[in-house]
Amino acid sequence: MSQTWVQVANLVAAVLFIFALKGLSSPRSARNGNLLGAAGALLATVILFVSGIPLNNLALIIAAIVVGSAVGAVSARKVKMTQMPQLVALFNGVGGGAAALISVVEYIEVGSGDRISLAATVFTVVVGSISFSGSIITFLKLQELMTTRPVILPLGKVVTILVAAATVVGAIWLVVSPQAWLLIALLVLSLVFGVLFVLPVGGADVPIVISLLNAFTGLSVAAGGYVLQNVLLIIAGTLVGASGTLLTREMAKAMGRPLTSTLFGAFAGSTAGSTGTGSDRPVRSGSPNDVAIMLGFASKVILVPGYGLAVAQAQSTLRELADLLAEKGVDVDYAIHPVAGRMPGHMNVLLAEASVPYEQLKEMDEINPEFSSTDVVLVVGANDVVNPAARTDKSAPIYGMPILDVDQAAQVVFLKRSMRPGFAGIENEILYDPKTTLLFGDAKDSLTKVVAALKTV
Amino acid sequence: MEGIALLTVFILSIFVGFEVVSKVSTVLHTPLMSGANAIHGIVLLGGIIVTGAATGPLEVALGIVAILLGAINLVGGFVVTDRMLEMFKPKKAAGDKAGGAA
Repeated sequence: MSQTWVQVANLVAAVLFIFALKGLSSPRSARNGNLLGAAGALLATVILFVSGIPLNNLALIIAAIVVGSAVGAVSARKVKMTQMPQLVALFNGVGGGAAALISVVEYIEVGSGDRISLAATVFTVVVGSISFSGSIITFLKLQELMTTRPVILPLGKVVTILVAAATVVGAIWLVVSPQAWLLIALLVLSLVFGVLFVLPVGGADVPIVISLLNAFTGLSVAAGGYVLQNVLLIIAGTLVGASGTLLTREMAKAMGRPLTSTLFGAFAGSTAGSTGTGSDRPVRSGSPNDVAIMLGFASKVILVPGYGLAVAQAQSTLRELADLLAEKGVDVDYAIHPVAGRMPGHMNVLLAEASVPYEQLKEMDEINPEFSSTDVVLVVGANDVVNPAARTDKSAPIYGMPILDVDQAAQVVFLKRSMRPGFAGIENEILYDPKTTLLFGDAKDSLTKVVAALKTV
Repeated sequence: MEGIALLTVFILSIFVGFEVVSKVSTVLHTPLMSGANAIHGIVLLGGIIVTGAATGPLEVALGIVAILLGAINLVGGFVVTDRMLEMFKPKKAAGDKAGGAA
């Protein structure tokens, strides 16, 4: 195929990527946008094979593509919607790892080249490796394979700064005097830095970090594109780097957290002393019957679904309850916090999966004024997003995050597994409020019992 | 391509990247991030290019790993994004269609 046509095809692929991002920014065009992106990627891959580049090891290459695609597609199809954020984190991490490896191979193969392409090589390796190891840590946190609370290592701050400094020095040294061992050392240092960078980030801030690492991978791919003199990689990587940076800022804003405090808050040690005492303070717990009666005789009920609901796979039981209440003439709405679930928009996806009508999902700004005129708020498996400590307690890690004002309602019912604090690891005062009733147990179990009881009310 | 031409492409792409996502609703933050994540999976091409030119066993092995990881990122990314977006059906049809699928 002539080089002109190859370039035209790459241009088409680049435009498709732009349309993909544009499409993904609006609900109506989002799905098509994603498909356009996939089409662009497919086109670019096919064209690459017929573009006349050297293709040693063709059988191995095809095999790796087939295996990788199968692993990606199957895990993406099989993953539970509740675990989707960590899968995205993992996909992002392996992309960063791939970019770093490509630069290493190109360095071994072709040698050093000029200063600028050396700098690009170093950038790809460093940023790609940070994204790789950082994403693995976010995965472990979200999967709850390790603690979701900020991990503060003794001397962590000092070690992190030293590793960062060593990485910068190594990077400059490599550009000045290229040596293979130095590139490997740099790779290892960056991997360590990625781990140190993400460890102190607290649970609720993890989505923001994933988004930031996503932008990192994008930039690293763009730099890799410079190393390989491939325009499409530069365009695609830069698009993701730029849009990812903006998206990270938007996410931080939606959670009411300045980006800097998310990333460096844990360094300052501000999270200490927030685990409340008083877990043995009295709370009022009720039976499913009590809850059914409260709900059945209310005239206005707001449901606040949280991650616990999704973990218990109780979305459809909740919808059943809502339908039943609506039949009885109760006014029912769902209040969706922007970060309900594990990520912005996660809860909307989970509820849509249980075919809850889109119109009943009310966003925070829309529903907050309505709590004061609400008889009963039913909080299912949510905690941090209704915690008034975000308004009042300056030492709380979630301080400043906008919350759902459930404490304004006449009565609050919590369905909880236990008194364990939420993802952010802090005590919730509403639980001890006299107008609060707690129903302990698995969310699905409790909801099923409430539904059964409601049928007899 | 000349360095300066690549730089031009880079700078213009930054502006386009900022521009296209400047008006995104909170609901779509996660799918947008996931879609962008899939797009940088195009790093797969880089893997194919270096492995196609590689001769030594170490380079080939590293290149193959890069292709593997890139393909997981690219294909997995688009598929998982599509799964999220399946949920965002047009408002009217939302109820019955998702009900049928469940």
